[in-house]
Amino acid sequence: MSADLAARGAVVPARPSTALSGIGPWIAFALIGVFLLAFLIVPVCLVIYTAFVTETGSLTFGHFANFFGQTVFMESFINSVLVALASVFFASVIAVPLAYLTVRFEFRGALLIQTLGVLPLIMPPFVGAVALQLIFGRSGSVNLLLDDWFGFTVPVMEGLTGVIFVESIHYFPFILLNLVAAMRNIDGAMEESALNLGARGFRLFRRVIFPLAMPGYLAGAALVFVKVFDDLGTPLVMGVTNMLAPQAYLRITSVGLDDPLGYVISVIMIVFSIVALWMSARLMKGKDYATLQKGGSALQKRRLSAWEALLAYGWITLVLLVVLAPHLGILLMSFAKVWSFSVLPDSYTLEHYATVFTDSGNMIGNTLLYCLLSATIDVVIGTAIAYLILRTRLPARQWLDYMASVALAIPGLVLAIGYLRMFRDVTLPFTDTPVIASWVLIMLAYAVRRLPYALRSCMAALQQVHISLEEAAQSLGAGRMSVIRRVMVPLMAGGIMAGFVTSFITAAVELSATIMLVSRESQAPMSYGIYLYMQSVAGRGPGAALGVLAVVVVGLGTYFSHRFVERSRATVQSV
Amino acid sequence: MQKRTWVAAAMAAGLAWGAAGAAGAATVTVLTSFPKELTSAYQKAFEAANPGIKIEILNKNTTAAVAYVRELPEGQRPDVMWASAPDAFEVLARAKLLTPAPDTVNKNAPTKIGNFPLNDPEGMYYGQALAGYGIMWNTRYLKAHKLEAPREWSDLTKPEYFGHVAISSPSRSGTTQLTVETILQGEGWDKGWTQLLEMMGNAAAVTDRSFAVPDGVNNGQYGLGIVIDFFGLAGKYSGFPVDFVYPSVTAVVPANIALISGAKNADEAKKFMAFTMSSAGQQLLFDPKISRLPILPYDTLKAPAGYPVPQEVAKRAKVHFDTNLAESRYQVVINLFDQMVTFRLKELQAATKAIQEADKALKAKPNAQGKDLLAQARSLAYSPLVGEGNAKDPQFLELFKKSRRDVAVSKELTGMEQMWADKAKSNYAKAQQLAQQARGMAK
Repeated sequence: MSADLAARGAVVPARPSTALSGIGPWIAFALIGVFLLAFLIVPVCLVIYTAFVTETGSLTFGHFANFFGQTVFMESFINSVLVALASVFFASVIAVPLAYLTVRFEFRGALLIQTLGVLPLIMPPFVGAVALQLIFGRSGSVNLLLDDWFGFTVPVMEGLTGVIFVESIHYFPFILLNLVAAMRNIDGAMEESALNLGARGFRLFRRVIFPLAMPGYLAGAALVFVKVFDDLGTPLVMGVTNMLAPQAYLRITSVGLDDPLGYVISVIMIVFSIVALWMSARLMKGKDYATLQKGGSALQKRRLSAWEALLAYGWITLVLLVVLAPHLGILLMSFAKVWSFSVLPDSYTLEHYATVFTDSGNMIGNTLLYCLLSATIDVVIGTAIAYLILRTRLPARQWLDYMASVALAIPGLVLAIGYLRMFRDVTLPFTDTPVIASWVLIMLAYAVRRLPYALRSCMAALQQVHISLEEAAQSLGAGRMSVIRRVMVPLMAGGIMAGFVTSFITAAVELSATIMLVSRESQAPMSYGIYLYMQSVAGRGPGAALGVLAVVVVGLGTYFSHRFVERSRATVQSV
Repeated sequence: MQKRTWVAAAMAAGLAWGAAGAAGAATVTVLTSFPKELTSAYQKAFEAANPGIKIEILNKNTTAAVAYVRELPEGQRPDVMWASAPDAFEVLARAKLLTPAPDTVNKNAPTKIGNFPLNDPEGMYYGQALAGYGIMWNTRYLKAHKLEAPREWSDLTKPEYFGHVAISSPSRSGTTQLTVETILQGEGWDKGWTQLLEMMGNAAAVTDRSFAVPDGVNNGQYGLGIVIDFFGLAGKYSGFPVDFVYPSVTAVVPANIALISGAKNADEAKKFMAFTMSSAGQQLLFDPKISRLPILPYDTLKAPAGYPVPQEVAKRAKVHFDTNLAESRYQVVINLFDQMVTFRLKELQAATKAIQEADKALKAKPNAQGKDLLAQARSLAYSPLVGEGNAKDPQFLELFKKSRRDVAVSKELTGMEQMWADKAKSNYAKAQQLAQQARGMAK
């Protein structure tokens, strides 16, 4: 593919980056390394070493042998892989047209569509599944209507199909966000040349635009794959147990924390996720996606013909309807007094919002505090790692990536128990508050668990910035720090923002680690509140109301960050 | 630059906030798995009656709660543990994480409910409310599917309930484990399992958390659910179109409260415990959104009209629940249920469907050979893989008590689970095949 493009003179062939010397990168490397060791690797090792020791503490691989002796685990493994692959496929079917249509064409409400398209991520997966049950479930609105009108029902929410359905809807924004960022970075001149050479329509998309946006797409797809592979909440809510994450969870939490098989499964999931990410990195290797011209001419926005517009709007409406169904469900639920076996609730009330506001107002503040801090940590570290990997030749720099990516595969529960074990007797500096009783651990757990998202986006963004741009600045006398600050970071802004937004909103719905680390209700974030209110037989209205608030708060945050990126792009272009 | 100052300020403010929160003196932290309506009601009532003391509710599901207490050092633990599942309290007591607080017990409460001791014989935890087991259903759902409301567990084995029943896995839910054990004790091991497996053949889902069952029945995903009583009652009294019944094979057992060892505010914590067991505290259980059975006799309380009386339910109940028996085979029951039902639900459903269809066909057009085949199919699908003899054998049970961290033990256990899984799968497949043959003979 790259040879193909290079032959057309579109892309400059890859060139070894100039070796940067000096002590700066080493310091950054050491700082990041220490952070990852302290807050990820060591705590996790404290927990998973259980998989490798016998009762007397001697080393063994016997637990692994026992694991592979069980067919239910092999069956679970195969199911997990199938579900993850299918979810990547369907998530792409949703995300690619949305991204292409909104970036490439003059489109009313493109920004709105991109923002709406991110909404699914804001909902904790288990809430999404609950809400989807109300709409598409066995006795959900759609099936009740179908049964009424036509006498049949559609079992989309059953078994593995249901898991794939929910996961695709939930995680497609990973692809959308990264793809949009990548496509915006494509040099319009590429498209011009392709057009001049006679490529049109689908061929243009397939041979030029999509390949150039490949880093973004692969970054997103790899995330979807890994996240689906170890998502726990969705299969559990759907009652599917024959997948790897639920098996690990059921083992750890029911047979008891002492059962090594749960940890064996965790280790296997970690290894598998790393292999998946490594393979996506391999696919990118030896290909150069950087383009030279920045800001001057982005992809040209084209007009759609009347027919095309009809088709495009039709498709987008359909997709948004399905994708936003959980939000509709949760919104109705938040106003519903009783909603049971009927297409719509029996009657409506504002009571649930009153309950939430009087009872749990501080949760909104907590969520914003933890998530803004953790997302900031993530993009700072993510950019730094991307820089060290792509622009320096430090030995073992790839290990930072591998280490950070481990977090993707760590069950929140495992990380949280690791934190509690590691920080047992440590107090916060300058106070006598124990670390485990403070919210700092919650925030750090968010930062660590979401770091891979930010990292993938930052790497993808930096891969698209051609090194010549930095070299040019350097040859004009700019120091390394000012090259980073004035050239590299601004050019990566879209990708960094995508990383920030993904980290921020997924941290806002993080639940498994939260439940374990919250030590006082006053420090609880919204995700915990939603979970709490949802565990009520007397009605889940307040939980739904808090869910709606979470969506609104985080949705606004996303919208404004998009606006921010648009504006900064406009500034760059006008310079 | 601006951004950095802002972040620093936020950090500092947050730290100050966190520190201030921890400094409060008489704060009792209550670790619980109970829903918010219940905990808020107790928190408000207690704080109003005891102005100097603040209650901090820390809600975690039972498993996470136990893990949380175990991981925390002394002096950092919450003060009170309050939950349904007795096994969680057993785990904590064995790890010396609970402290007796006999002075908190209300003298007006009986010492036994039915033949079940209200408080832990060792005095580590105390009964605070009562719960029985039964079936809840969604009235609209039953009407739409033209189904009768059930009265007994055996009703749930009928073919018309196919695909309408929900239960939680006993390995995930302490109350479901007690329900399953109650049926096994009420009907005897072999017959009990047959009935359970027939019921589970009709299951639409085996959920991971006990709460998912009442919720699914409330919103109409499932028609009927096997639940603890307050799940059904709270839904009903909160306005959902649901109802609840205690079958005659039920047991009434306590939900517990206990003092955690190394509590920071033990004295205040005891006051809270005493409050939950006092008349004022017990009266709160009648709140429609809570709907639990109190431990105190009704002559000292104001019970709503028509409210179930625990002593009567216990008297009617046929089961004399034996805690020791339940504990001795706890691991066998939950493992067997997971291997035969939770992980093999699809296969069990398919076998059940085939059996029910064959049964129907043979009733219309009887055939002796077909009847034989059908009986074989039933026996394959609905017999437990562990016989009563084994379930009583101390040597066999001993294996399940050993630590799984020992590779050899773990190997033996996983080998057994694997055998059960294979056996269950092939039995269900054979049963399905035999039933289809039997159906073919109904001519």
